[in-house]
Amino acid sequence: MSNFFGYQIHNDRQINFDNNDLYIIKYVDSLEPTLKTCISCGTCTATCTATQFTNFNLRKLITMLRRGENNIKEEINKCMLCGKCSLVCPRGVNTRNVILAIKKTINYFNL
Amino acid sequence: MKKTIIIIGAGIAGMEAATFLGSMEHNVILLEKDQEPGGHLKNWQKLFPTLRYGKEILSFLQEGIKIAKVDLKCNAIINNITKNNNTFIVNYSHQQQEINIEADAILVTTGYDTFDATKKEEYGYGIYDNVITSADLEKIFTTGKPIITAKGDPPKKIGFVHCVGSRDEKVGHVYCSKVCCVTGVKQAIEIKELLPQCDVFCFYMDMRMYGMHFEAMYKKAQEEYGVTFIRGRVSEACENIDGSILIKVEDTLAARPLKMSVDLLVLLIGFVPSEGSKMVGNMLGLQTGVNGFYKTADQHALTNISNVPGVFFAGACTSPKTITNTITDARAAASTIARYLENNPIFQRKLT
Repeated sequence: MSNFFGYQIHNDRQINFDNNDLYIIKYVDSLEPTLKTCISCGTCTATCTATQFTNFNLRKLITMLRRGENNIKEEINKCMLCGKCSLVCPRGVNTRNVILAIKKTINYFNL
Repeated sequence: MKKTIIIIGAGIAGMEAATFLGSMEHNVILLEKDQEPGGHLKNWQKLFPTLRYGKEILSFLQEGIKIAKVDLKCNAIINNITKNNNTFIVNYSHQQQEINIEADAILVTTGYDTFDATKKEEYGYGIYDNVITSADLEKIFTTGKPIITAKGDPPKKIGFVHCVGSRDEKVGHVYCSKVCCVTGVKQAIEIKELLPQCDVFCFYMDMRMYGMHFEAMYKKAQEEYGVTFIRGRVSEACENIDGSILIKVEDTLAARPLKMSVDLLVLLIGFVPSEGSKMVGNMLGLQTGVNGFYKTADQHALTNISNVPGVFFAGACTSPKTITNTITDARAAASTIARYLENNPIFQRKLT
């Protein structure tokens, strides 16, 4: 019945960068400083075992955190910590440690 | 045998080519419309990727023309150029005098103009006070003035828009201007050094860090200065009631539209063919390519040679170039002209 009139209301998909709080990514950056040099190339995601079977996407997850879109608590658990991403990163980001740092940050701020 | 060469434009290319031709014992006359030599280099405080001062390069070039005894004529306006067999007769005005001079070869080093950002009306340059260009920002750096908003406050957030007037069919410039990406990174670093508390955001389509040390500079901007790079072309800018600038962009890597306010918006303007090039091109009958820059006899191998025998090119009049590229090109042009003047058989080579 919700669609009875043939239209529905969507939430705003726009990222409002003025209102978003970047405290999560700043804390993650402090735990793993190499993350700052990420250029979003997606090599980590291309090699990721979890990405083959789930919609987990490390490149996108980091991009979202950098924009202050911090709803990643469920996403991060899809990673199996195999560490393949760390082997392939062209900028030498310790991506496996990034995942651990994000998990620590989630606990620290009690998300 | 001593020959006369006229070089039009005393920018980087003109000065360095004059130095090399002068050092080969030729008679070199360097004509400049401005009061002083140096071209755009005069307006640039520090240079990528080393952040060395532009005036160091300028004095290096000036020392060259002095040693090579180049006859530099500033405030010179060219009225017309005629060709008689292999000789050019250049008529120019200098200090209320009209002078005719005969030359065996002409080197055109008329450079580029910066893109007029008012043509991209959606970014609000010339409409909103807090929208400036990379050239305006450089002027602030050169004069040592503080970086402030139109109201006089230090900015907390500054945005850089890449590719303004480049890679854009809407303004008729489909080519990449080559230097703006790295200029953006350089200026972002300079701002962070002057205002460490200010957040800097760069909105790019591609980061073209092709040159030696450019990529290292980009990484340094991320790692040491915390500059944020957002992939997406800004679609429009509008003014908030407090005078800050609201920009809309797609964050293409997040696949989501994004809006944010910045206190100052810097437009990284590209290269366009210069008015001087158009003028000289008309006088000499020089061909231009699809992008409006001079067309060289061959894109790979005859890059200093024009469609008119005896007329040569160097520098940014044929395509956007970095300072490094321009200096190299100027020396190549000098060598090409020297061989042309001695009727060297290497000019018999043809490319099909």
